[in-house]
Amino acid sequence: MRSHAEHGNEFIAPRDRSRGALFSIPTPDPRTLLMTTPSVLILRAPGTNCDAETAFAFEQVGAKTETLHVNRLLESPELFERFQILCIPGGFSYGDDLGAGRILGSQIQHHLSDQLVRFKTEGKLILGICNGFQVLLKSSVLLEKIGADTPPATLTWNDSGRYYDGWVRLEASGSKSVFLAGIERMYLPVAHAEGKFVARDERTLQDLDAAGQLPLRYVAADNPNGSMDEVAGVCDSTGRVLGLMPHPERHIDPTQHPRWTRGEAGPEGDGLQMFRNAVEYFA
Amino acid sequence: MLWEVDIYPAEGRPDLGAGEVAATAAELHLADDLAVISARGYLIQGELDRAQVEQIADELLADRVVERTVVAPAGDPLLTELPDERTHWIHVLPKPGVMDPVAQSAMEAIADFGFRAEAVRTFRKYAVGRLPDEKLSLLCSKVLANDAIEQAIVGPLGFERLQVGSPYKFKLVTVPILAMDDAALEQLSRDGQLFLSLVEMRTIQAHFNQLGRDPTDVELETVAQTWSEHCSHKTLAGRIDYRGPDGERHFENMLKETIFAATQKIRQAAGDRDWCVSVFVDNAGVIRFDEKYNVVFKVETHNHPSALEPYGGANTGIGGVIRDPMGTGMGAKPICNTDVFCFAPPEVSPEELPPGVLHPRRVIKGVVAGVRDYGNRMGIPTVNGAIYFDPRYLGNPLVYCGNVGLIPRDKSDKHLQANDLIVALGGRTGRDGIHGATFSSAELTSHSETLSGGAVQIGNAITEKMLLDVLLVARDRGLYNSVTDCGAGGFSSAVGEMGEKIGAEVWLERVPLKYEGLTYTEIWISEAQERMVVSVSPEKWNELSALCASEGVEATVIGKFTPTGRLTLIYAEQKVADLAMDFLHDGRPPVVREAVYTLSSPLPLGEGPGVRAEKASGQWPVAGGQYKVASGKTPIPNPQSLIPSNYTDTLQKILGSLNVCSKEWVIRQYDHEVQGGSVLKPLVGAANDGPGDAAVLRPVLDSRRGIVISCGMNPRYGDFDTYWMAASAIDEAVRNCVAVGADPARIAILDNFCWGTTDRPETLGSLVRAALACHDVAVELGTPFISGKDSLNNEFRPLVKGVGSLCLDQTEGARTGNMETKTPDPFNGAISIPPSLLISAIGQVDDVARCVSMDLKSPGNLLYIVGETKNELGGSHFSLVEGLSGGEVPKVDARQAKTTFAAMHAAIHAGLVRACHDLSEGGLAVAAAEMAFAGELGAKISLADVPYLPSPTGRGAGGEGGSKSVQVLPDAALLFSESNTRFLCEVEPDNAAAFESALADVPHARIGEVVADGKLEIVGETPLLQADLPALKEAWQKPLRW
Repeated sequence: MRSHAEHGNEFIAPRDRSRGALFSIPTPDPRTLLMTTPSVLILRAPGTNCDAETAFAFEQVGAKTETLHVNRLLESPELFERFQILCIPGGFSYGDDLGAGRILGSQIQHHLSDQLVRFKTEGKLILGICNGFQVLLKSSVLLEKIGADTPPATLTWNDSGRYYDGWVRLEASGSKSVFLAGIERMYLPVAHAEGKFVARDERTLQDLDAAGQLPLRYVAADNPNGSMDEVAGVCDSTGRVLGLMPHPERHIDPTQHPRWTRGEAGPEGDGLQMFRNAVEYFA
Repeated sequence: MLWEVDIYPAEGRPDLGAGEVAATAAELHLADDLAVISARGYLIQGELDRAQVEQIADELLADRVVERTVVAPAGDPLLTELPDERTHWIHVLPKPGVMDPVAQSAMEAIADFGFRAEAVRTFRKYAVGRLPDEKLSLLCSKVLANDAIEQAIVGPLGFERLQVGSPYKFKLVTVPILAMDDAALEQLSRDGQLFLSLVEMRTIQAHFNQLGRDPTDVELETVAQTWSEHCSHKTLAGRIDYRGPDGERHFENMLKETIFAATQKIRQAAGDRDWCVSVFVDNAGVIRFDEKYNVVFKVETHNHPSALEPYGGANTGIGGVIRDPMGTGMGAKPICNTDVFCFAPPEVSPEELPPGVLHPRRVIKGVVAGVRDYGNRMGIPTVNGAIYFDPRYLGNPLVYCGNVGLIPRDKSDKHLQANDLIVALGGRTGRDGIHGATFSSAELTSHSETLSGGAVQIGNAITEKMLLDVLLVARDRGLYNSVTDCGAGGFSSAVGEMGEKIGAEVWLERVPLKYEGLTYTEIWISEAQERMVVSVSPEKWNELSALCASEGVEATVIGKFTPTGRLTLIYAEQKVADLAMDFLHDGRPPVVREAVYTLSSPLPLGEGPGVRAEKASGQWPVAGGQYKVASGKTPIPNPQSLIPSNYTDTLQKILGSLNVCSKEWVIRQYDHEVQGGSVLKPLVGAANDGPGDAAVLRPVLDSRRGIVISCGMNPRYGDFDTYWMAASAIDEAVRNCVAVGADPARIAILDNFCWGTTDRPETLGSLVRAALACHDVAVELGTPFISGKDSLNNEFRPLVKGVGSLCLDQTEGARTGNMETKTPDPFNGAISIPPSLLISAIGQVDDVARCVSMDLKSPGNLLYIVGETKNELGGSHFSLVEGLSGGEVPKVDARQAKTTFAAMHAAIHAGLVRACHDLSEGGLAVAAAEMAFAGELGAKISLADVPYLPSPTGRGAGGEGGSKSVQVLPDAALLFSESNTRFLCEVEPDNAAAFESALADVPHARIGEVVADGKLEIVGETPLLQADLPALKEAWQKPLRW
C-alpha cells in the first residue's frame, strides 16, 4: 500500500478541455487549480489482483496513488473526497462467483452510488479495467439503468466459453473519452472469460455509438470474445468514466510487448498514454 | 421456505453448457447430436417471499441482458416442465459437505440486500433427449457429474429442505491396539486408512504398551499422518541397500547423500559467493535475487486427487503449492506458477477404459481448468509448463504445480517463540480431504473412487487471495513470529511441525467450522483448503485480529506453543491426545529397503524388443495416434523407415506428436501476464504462437532484473536408463534457461520424483540410479538443488470384481526399470507410471533487455549449431513416430555442458545472438522448423559441418556400443538425434566472427542461413528434407487445437 498525498479533502478541478457542453460540474474552487498532481484511488476488493501494477502505471506518469479495500470505503464513504481519479483494477472481485463483477457491482450500487455520482458530477475521472469494467457496468455507474428495466448492456461469457489471454489490436474513435484523447491505435493484452460486450438490443447499441460512448474497438480480426460491434471499451455520457476489457497497465514497458525481441516495441508501452491522459487532465 | 431459481440463456443466446455436453457425449460414443438444454440454478432456503427471490434472481443471480429466469418454490412442476420433446431432466449438485464457493458468495450477497438466506446450494440442470437407461447412466457419471464430489439426480429434485449439518455429540474414542495381533494391526492400518506398515504399527503398539494405555483415535491418526510417506518421505530419506551397474552402495539417508550432498558441495565451493539462502528446510527453497529480495521456489504434485476428480485435484494442487512460498520464511509473495502434466493420449477409445478410470480427455480438460481457475483468480501468472503423454499415465495422471515467490531478505527466517499463540487464518474447517496425506501415499485402485471420496477437495481461490493480502501486511508489520501452511495432514501436520521443538496445546473446539457435526479427529486432520497457521506473541494478537477482521479474513486462536515437548489436544475440556513430540517426529522405525538396478545390454535401433511404452500401449489400442502398436507384440522394425526416404514426413509426424505439438490451447487459458512483469511469454514469435524455451519475468516493476523459469523431463529415456534420463532432464532444464539468456552460474533446480511402488527393489533401484545422476550432474554443472518432493506408489490397479481390496502388497505387480519383462495383464496387475523425474529450473538475468527469443528474426542471418550431435536416437521421438525401439539413449557430458552453457551465455550477453532455441524432442530438424515458422521465415541448412560424434560416449556406467545402427542412419541421427547440450542460434553476419570466437572452446558450426521463402530445406550429401513451413506449423498446431 502506498502512502497518500497530503491533499486532505481539497478538490482538484479538471482542466476544461473545451468540451464544456458535456460537463455539468460545479464551478471549481480556483485555489485548487494550482494543484497538478492528482491522487488516484485504486479500489480493491477480495479477489482484485491487478492493483499493484495499475498503481505503478499511474505513478509512472506522476500520479499519487493509494490502494484501499472496499471495506474502508463502505465504512468511510467520505474517503472518496480525497481523490481525483478512481480506478477499479482487474481481477476476480469476490471470485466473480455470481458473474463477473456482480457482487462488487451490487455493493457499490447499494452503498456507494451517491458517492460515485458525486465523484462523476464533480468532474473527476473513473476508470474500470477488465474486472473493473465489469463492475462499473454491473453497478450502473457507467451506463445508467432506468428503474426495473433490463440494463442497457452487459459483459458476458466469451464465445469460446473459456478464459483467454492474448494480445489484440485496438482502434480508438472519437474524442469523447478523456482517457483515450489523442490515441488512435493501441496494442494491448486481454485476459478474461467474461468480456463479450452485449447491448440490450440493436437500438441501444446504435444510440451508444451515436453518442460516442463506444470509443474503443477491437480490430475485427482480433475480437477475442465475440463482442457486438467489436466493442472493447465503453464510456459514460460525459466521457470521464471509461471501462475497457484490455489491460493498459500490462503494456507500459517495451519488454511487455510480445514481440519486443523482434524490434516491434516502441520506446514505451501503448497503454501508458491512457494513464498520462488521466493525469494531464488535471494539469 | 425453499426456493429454486433456474437460469437459462435468453432467447437467441448461445447455450454454451449444452454445446459442451453434446460434444463430450459424442466424443465418448454415447450419443451423436444429443439434444441438450442446460441451465444453472440456485436453491435458496429462508424466510423469503416471491418478490424478494425474484429481485435476488434479477439483480444478483442472473444477467438479464443475456439470461432469463424461472423462480418457483422447490418442487413446483413449473421447474421441470419439459420445453419440447426432450425427455429427461438431470440435476447435478455438489455432494453435501463439498465446498460450494458460489453458494457461499450468494449467501453473503443476499445478506447485502437486507434479506436473510439460511442456506444456499448451487446446481446445474440439463434436459436431454431420450437415451437408453445404461447410456443415460453413463452420461450422468462420465459427462455431467463426477461421483467423487457431485450427485446427479434424474428427474425432479426431491428436496424440501437443505441440510445444514447436524450437531456433534462428543465421545472419546480409544483404539484397543494393545490387545491386537499382527493380523489385527494390519487390518486396522488398512481399514482405518492409516497406510502404515506392520513394523510401524508394532512400534506404535509398543509405545503405548509402555505408557500402559491404548491410544485415542486422534493420536493414532496423528502418528499415521506424521509418519506418512507424503509428510516424512521415509523411503527416500531412509536406509537403502542399492546394487546397480555403478556398484553397490549403502545409504543411511539416500536423499541426503545424493541430492542434498550435491547442493552442499556446490555451496562449499562457492564460499563467500554462495547464493543459496535456505535449502531443503523450509516449505520452499530460498535463493538470493538482488540487494533487497530473495526468491523462493517449490514444486508439488497432486496426482491421486487429480485422478479421481481432475478439476478439484488440480485446483487444490495449485492452491496448495501457492501456500508453500506463502509459508516460507515469514511469507513470500507468489509471483508465478508453473504446471507440468502427464496424461494418457486422448484418443483412447471409451469402451477400452478399465473400470474406475476417467477418460484422458476428461482428465486433461479438468486438470487444465482446475489450474486455470485457481491461478487466474489468485492473480499469479502461470508462465511455464509442459505436457507429456504416455499410455502408462492412464489410471494415474501426474499433476505437478509450482510456485515462485519473492521475499524481502530480512523476512526469510522464522522465529517461533515458546508460549506464542497458535492462530488459524483463512478458510474454515470441514470434512474436506480427510485422509489426503495417507491416501496420497497409497496406490490407486478402481475402488479408490468410493473409498476416498473424502480425499477430494475443491478450492476457493478468493479465500486464499484474501488470506495472502492480509498475510503480507501482517508480515511487514511484524505481527507474527512464524508461519506455515496447512497442507496434507491439516492442523496435525502444520502444528505438529511448527511445535516439534517446543510443544503445543490445541483447543479443537475453537476451530471455526464450515458446518456442525465434525468430530475432534476430523477437525484435527481435515485438509480443508486455504488455511494457514501463524504463531503470534500474545501482545500482537489484538492488532492481527483487527487487521484480519478489516478484510473479512477469519483469524482464531486455537492453542498455544507450550514448552512441554508434548502435543496435547483438548476437546470439551478433555484431553483427547497427549503425545511426546519426540515419539511423533523421531519414533518412526527406520525403513530399510533394497534397491536393484540392472541394465539390459543395449540393442541397435529398430532391432530391440519394444520398450515398455509400446508394450503398455498395446493393451489399450490407441486409434489414429502415434502410439498405435500391435497389441502385446514387439514392434517389428520397418526396414523402410531405416532408409532416408521421406524425412519430411517424419518431421511432420514428430511436430504433430502429442509431446511436441503446440500447447496453445492450454497456455491461453492461463493468465500469464498478471502482475505486469512479463518479459518472455510462453508463446513467442511473429504471430505470438511459437514455443518459447523459458519464461522471463521482472518481479520488481522498477528494476530490470529478471527471473527465468524452465523445466526438463523425458520419461521415455527412463525406459533405457534412469541415470541418463535424470541427467538429460537437468541438462534440458538448464539449457532452456540458458537459451533465453540466464546466467548458468546462477541457476538453481528442483527435483520432483514421481515413481511407481518402491516396495519393489527394481522400482526403487531405478529411482536411486536417477538420484545418483542428479548428484553427479548438479555438482559438475554447479547447479544446486534447492527443493524437491517425491510421490511414490503411482500405480493403478484395476481390481477384479468381487476380489478387490485395497492392498499394498506386491504379489503381482508390474516390474519396471530397465528389465526385460513381460508387461502383465493390466486388468490383473498394477500399471506403473514410467519413472517421471521433473526438473524445474530458476535462473536470473541482470537486464531483461538482453534476453533472446527462439523465433527467427531476419533473412540473411546465419544459423549456427552449438554442441555435439551423437547417434542418440534411443527413446527419441524419431523412434516413437517410426515405431522403432532400441538405440542409444542421450547421455550428458556434464563437464562439456558447463563449458558450453558458459560460452552460450557469454555470446547472448554480448548481444551476438538474435534467436536461440534448445534442441530437444525431435532434435535439429524440429528446432529449425519451430524457429522458422515462429519467425514466419525460412531456413536453408546443410548438415555437412554439423559436429558429429558417431560413437556415443558418456560418463558413468551407462551401456556402450550399439554401433551397428550408426552406419545405417547418419542422416537420421543428424536430423533427429536428441543429444543433449545443443542449441541452434541465429547470428547476424556482422557478428559471426565475434560469435565464433565466443564459442571457440565449444563444438559449433555454421550450418545455414535464414531465408524469406517460408520453406525449410535441409541437405546432407543429398537433399534430405524440404517442407513448406505453413504445413509444418499446421501439423504442429492441429493435435491439441481443442
